[in-house]
Amino acid sequence: MKALQIDKKLTKLGMARMLSAISPTAAAKWGPLELVTMDPPELPADGWHRVHTHLAGICGSDLATVEGRASAYFDDWVSFPFVPGHEVVGHLDDGRRVVIEPVLGHAARGFEPPFDGAAPGDGDDYAHLVTGRLEPGIQIGFCNSTCGAWAPQFVAHESQIHEIPDAMTDEQAVLVEPAAGGIHAALLTWPIISTLAGEPGQAEGRRPVVAVLGAGTMGLCAIAGLRRYVPGVQIVVGARYPHQQSLATALGADIVVKPDELARAVRRVTGSHMVGDHLSGGADATIDAVGSSESIADCLRFTRPRGRVVLMGMPAEVTVDLTGLWHRETQLVGAYTYGTETMPDGGRRRTFDLAIETAQAMGFERLLSATYRIDDHEDAVAHAAAAGRRGAVKIAFDLRPARAAGKKVSE
Amino acid sequence: MPRPGFVLEVDRSTPPVLFWRGENFSLEKLPAGRSRVIYPPEPLKPIDDVDGAIRHALLNPIDQDPLPALLFPGMKLTIAFDDVSLPLPKMQRPDTRQRVIEAVLDMAADAGVDDVHIIAALGLHRRMHEYELRHALGDRIYDAFHPRGMLYQHDAEDHGNLAVLGETAHGEVLEINKRAAESDLLVYVNINSVPMDGGWKSVCTGLASYRCLSEHHNGHTLQHTRSLSGHREHSALHQSIWRMGKVLRDNGPKLFQIETSLNTDMFPKPFDFISKREWEWTAKDRATYLATTKSLERTPLRLARKIFHGIQAPHRMTSVQAGETSAVHEVTLEHVYRQQLVPVEGQTDVLTMGIPFVCPYNPDGIMNPILVMCMGLGYLFNMYRNKPLVREGGVIILTHPTYREFHPVHHPSYIDFFEQVLPDTTDPVVMGQKWEKQYAEDEWYRHLYRTGNAYHGVHPFYAWYWGAHGQQWAGKVIIVGGDAPTVRRLGFTPASTMDDAFEIASDVVGRSPTVTHLHVPALLVADVS
Repeated sequence: MKALQIDKKLTKLGMARMLSAISPTAAAKWGPLELVTMDPPELPADGWHRVHTHLAGICGSDLATVEGRASAYFDDWVSFPFVPGHEVVGHLDDGRRVVIEPVLGHAARGFEPPFDGAAPGDGDDYAHLVTGRLEPGIQIGFCNSTCGAWAPQFVAHESQIHEIPDAMTDEQAVLVEPAAGGIHAALLTWPIISTLAGEPGQAEGRRPVVAVLGAGTMGLCAIAGLRRYVPGVQIVVGARYPHQQSLATALGADIVVKPDELARAVRRVTGSHMVGDHLSGGADATIDAVGSSESIADCLRFTRPRGRVVLMGMPAEVTVDLTGLWHRETQLVGAYTYGTETMPDGGRRRTFDLAIETAQAMGFERLLSATYRIDDHEDAVAHAAAAGRRGAVKIAFDLRPARAAGKKVSE
Repeated sequence: MPRPGFVLEVDRSTPPVLFWRGENFSLEKLPAGRSRVIYPPEPLKPIDDVDGAIRHALLNPIDQDPLPALLFPGMKLTIAFDDVSLPLPKMQRPDTRQRVIEAVLDMAADAGVDDVHIIAALGLHRRMHEYELRHALGDRIYDAFHPRGMLYQHDAEDHGNLAVLGETAHGEVLEINKRAAESDLLVYVNINSVPMDGGWKSVCTGLASYRCLSEHHNGHTLQHTRSLSGHREHSALHQSIWRMGKVLRDNGPKLFQIETSLNTDMFPKPFDFISKREWEWTAKDRATYLATTKSLERTPLRLARKIFHGIQAPHRMTSVQAGETSAVHEVTLEHVYRQQLVPVEGQTDVLTMGIPFVCPYNPDGIMNPILVMCMGLGYLFNMYRNKPLVREGGVIILTHPTYREFHPVHHPSYIDFFEQVLPDTTDPVVMGQKWEKQYAEDEWYRHLYRTGNAYHGVHPFYAWYWGAHGQQWAGKVIIVGGDAPTVRRLGFTPASTMDDAFEIASDVVGRSPTVTHLHVPALLVADVS
């Protein structure tokens, strides 16, 4: 089968890193991503299934790898060569349509789950991610053993498989994985929001404020997650492009401004003062959906003392003055994936179940902007790298037989 | 003998005309055969013996007892004065305010008055910096009064120090500075740069509370203010203020109004060429223009601002009169009109105006986009008597870089206004109803206004309201050379060149419109027949 593969070729990684600053197309062309012919992966053990890819999204972490910008942190958590792709909808050999929860958790690797009913992402020790019956890899799409979704087929463990309703379209389903990431980040604000009940601001009618910086796919999914699952919050969003601004509003944001106007918008909503470049108060919680030095620094500036910054955008090496964090006792919390969530009402839900509901209920097909054949991967990657500028949100590969046989599909 | 104002009909031999473009200039060729340029009168001959004239005015007031007769030991005397918003540019020292207040203080000292407070009548403007107070009042007054807490700045948000004097028949509340209200005599020292200032407006805005100001500084009133520089009965703003003046006269302290007028000698060398009529430019003027504009193009904006705001104008006093407010103001207006009035026949399809680096709300600051609107549609558009220079539905073309830049200390709420209010609406009435309260009650703005050097939170609304009539009147407003997204956010149309602007204007006024350029500097009032 034809598949897109990344190998650990330092020269190509370095070249991609250099070229990505100039042109995403050049990075895709000369970087480590290659279209290869390979055998389909073997099923590693009982409980594993072959998944035939329908749509596979291109994620920010995929782009970081393709462009050679991924942190060296991952060197020991992935296994080369690997086929990327972890945002996926497909079908099993028995015809069931499924989405895949890509984390290669305990069950997939042949270990006991940390608790009964645990999701793949649960657990407080990550040793299993680099041991067991598979090569190291945090997820499908970063593991040599499973192949990834940027191929016509790959393998997934039954613990990762979520059957989707007939009424759910492929275009909605391919957004389930990022939706789960966004919902997880949204729910990570709840421990702070929940402490506000009964505080003076509440008595005066001020709703808790959550700021979201960035409105690419993940930022938009977080907005949807906040609106659906975190009750009563006022959502203030910094979105760069007009289409992102209108989608943010459509998904439930109360106030949408440009990113460089977000601090002042938060100030107005919270009635804070501005002291230098920090707010005296600020948002109760902030979701950073960008993950750069600048975005982290910005979020720390407009999150209130003892508030929480949820870092959802994947950072690499960053340089940030943390004096404000120290002084304001700000919590800086990472939001990697999903698993089992504790809901505001105290109940427990799987993030993927919430995401399937959300993607359907909120019409997430509108976030899928363009699809490409894997033969056109250079165009696809370039499009994804410039998605915001080009008025797009999510770019995906379309591997459904009818489409794969044709020319480049819609933009 | 200074020459009067002049309307030049542009023909093929007319040289390009000077336009301000913020911290620079340009020369623009106007269409021959259908354009005209209105030049202001040359600066009037000033009073030779200024101190003598001041003393004469204080001793021979209009409809009022001489000042010494109003002063007595043990009395409470308050002197209020116009703030840094005028004159523009700031005048060379000694400032008129210093000269007048020193004369008042001399008489107060002679009368044995020792309870004297001097108050900068800020209204909702920013507090003056120490160097500005020293410039306006002189070191002697500053050093004698400020350290003892007897020279300070009005605070429209200090509710413990405000007093309600009553209501007009229209239910408008007059609330002013308590010290002024409770004084035995309130002396107001004014500089009248434009006809809209002075009279009852001095106390009823300069010493008023926000509540009081909001009675007439609102979108509805300013939309119905059809003559800021001419006939008061056509100005809803002045009608309201004059009603308040009646309450002040009936219920307030005894008031002794001192008004002064200045000539329009605004720019010293090497910038004096900009006040000249272009066809009279010498070779040296042309060389200075070229050298200046080329240098300014290469000068960082911050430095260019420093240069321009450092200019001290050679303004000289042309009149001083004191006494009863209404009577004094009528005399003042005569002097202002004598300096500024230019008869103009008929309206025009297109009015062009160069927007300079400064307006009353950014001394020593940045001419932010809202102030560009305010200066263009609020101030310059309104420099007419009888009827606007441009016909209703005509086009106004402004030249200014309209950078999206704000002075963070002086204009903090302007930034929010630009980011929050203008994307929502540019309608003065709608924004007043929907947004003004939030800005008025914002604790941060209140803090910065009261303790820092920030304009009051609602001031960007007021600046916007000021242009309300012009905004309604014009069929289209075009800004040449402005940052396009910023210009669009103001609700205007950007153009890169004057020719482009005329092309854009043709959609509204056809391909051969009449064009009138209001030559700034200096200040002029077009008396449109």
